[in-house]
Amino acid sequence: MDFFRPTSLADALKLKSAYPLALCINGGTDVMVELNFDRKRPETLLDLSAVQELSQWSEEGDSIVLGAGVTYSRIQAELQAQLPGLAMASRTVGSLQIRNRAGVGGNLGSASPAGDAHPALLATGAAVNVSSIQGNRSIDIHEYFIGPKKSALVPDEIIISITIPKARGGQQFSKIGTRNAMVIAVCSFGLAIDAQSRTVGTGIGSAGPTPLRAVDAEAFAASHLDWEKGTPLTPELLKEFGALVSAASRPIDDIRGTAAYRRHTLAVIAARSLKWAWKSTNEFRSM
Amino acid sequence: MRLTCTVNGKTEVIDDIWPGESLLYVLRERMGLPGAKNACEQGECGSCSVHIDGVLVCACLVAAGQVEGAQIKTVEGLAGATELHPVQQAYLDSGAVQCGFCTPGLIVATVDLLDKNSDPSENEIREALAGNLCRCTGYAKILDAVRLAAARLEKPGKP
Repeated sequence: MDFFRPTSLADALKLKSAYPLALCINGGTDVMVELNFDRKRPETLLDLSAVQELSQWSEEGDSIVLGAGVTYSRIQAELQAQLPGLAMASRTVGSLQIRNRAGVGGNLGSASPAGDAHPALLATGAAVNVSSIQGNRSIDIHEYFIGPKKSALVPDEIIISITIPKARGGQQFSKIGTRNAMVIAVCSFGLAIDAQSRTVGTGIGSAGPTPLRAVDAEAFAASHLDWEKGTPLTPELLKEFGALVSAASRPIDDIRGTAAYRRHTLAVIAARSLKWAWKSTNEFRSM
Repeated sequence: MRLTCTVNGKTEVIDDIWPGESLLYVLRERMGLPGAKNACEQGECGSCSVHIDGVLVCACLVAAGQVEGAQIKTVEGLAGATELHPVQQAYLDSGAVQCGFCTPGLIVATVDLLDKNSDPSENEIREALAGNLCRCTGYAKILDAVRLAAARLEKPGKP
């Protein structure tokens, strides 16, 4: 096995072009499990953890450009105000030891339907910025996941950063599991309310072949929320929203839970999320 | 592949490393440092917890080549020449050690917590140690040990 450890992005892209089948590793919390259990034996390992550009974030207008290798611990500590939904999701990732190494780039690289960052990225309408020696492109998160653990990334590309709009309304993330730590989601749900555009974004995790969006639920909420006055939501409205989110899922029975349980819990966490996020949207309305 | 890194303050040069092997394998099998334990090899149990450049990680989830030039601190680097680290002593005094397998990882994680937060709340302790599994103690004595260590570190000399 060859092991490359570039220290610049330019070198990393050249290596990925020369070795398109190289497996990228950064935090290693997914990749090393595959190696330790002999599930993968790549001929080439491309270590991106020494590439500075990948471990930085910056503000660009109304968005945060989040380096693919910025760890969940840092998202939790540094981006709570700007990206509250993703910060909440970050706190549920693995354990402290995992959050200290893992980042959103790896979550997107693995493209698991259970990835904890995905619902928040779907809900906020993020863009995945990828590069190769051919150039750069930006993939709409809604077009990024194309199958179970399959993404729109092509072999010579590297995930550089994720552009995520800063919160303009309440956001939530909920995850169902057997305990708070070290849980692969049975199902999860992300919600982002945008008080400026008067829209609602959703993301469903672990309840379909890919992370999913509940389009009908988004439209229903956007048209029924009292954007002018912020009136509290009725139980009927919350129930209908939960039902629409549940209906958008495509779960299966597996070792972590049944499809029926996933549909039920999604309806519950979606309704709660909307209630909480709508309440915190009041703080944005006065801005 | 040759790896050069600093382990517990000493520069180490290790040859013939397979690039896909973990830091845990390097520590245990190539350097004879068995303090970090090998249990799950998937980051679930925390028994291989070490510090890399001051950051708490699972050594099983770090590829050997990724620690080139890094400063690594393992549980073996905690005790002084004649006395245990206060966290180690607190684990002993609290009866927080039974079979002992999880203990090195928990001690490293506790040191990490108390370095950042000298007076952690119950919830902060639980969240900080959530990545370390113990199958013997039921955790109550471990929580006692963390509180005892915090109190002693806050006021050195306290019993």
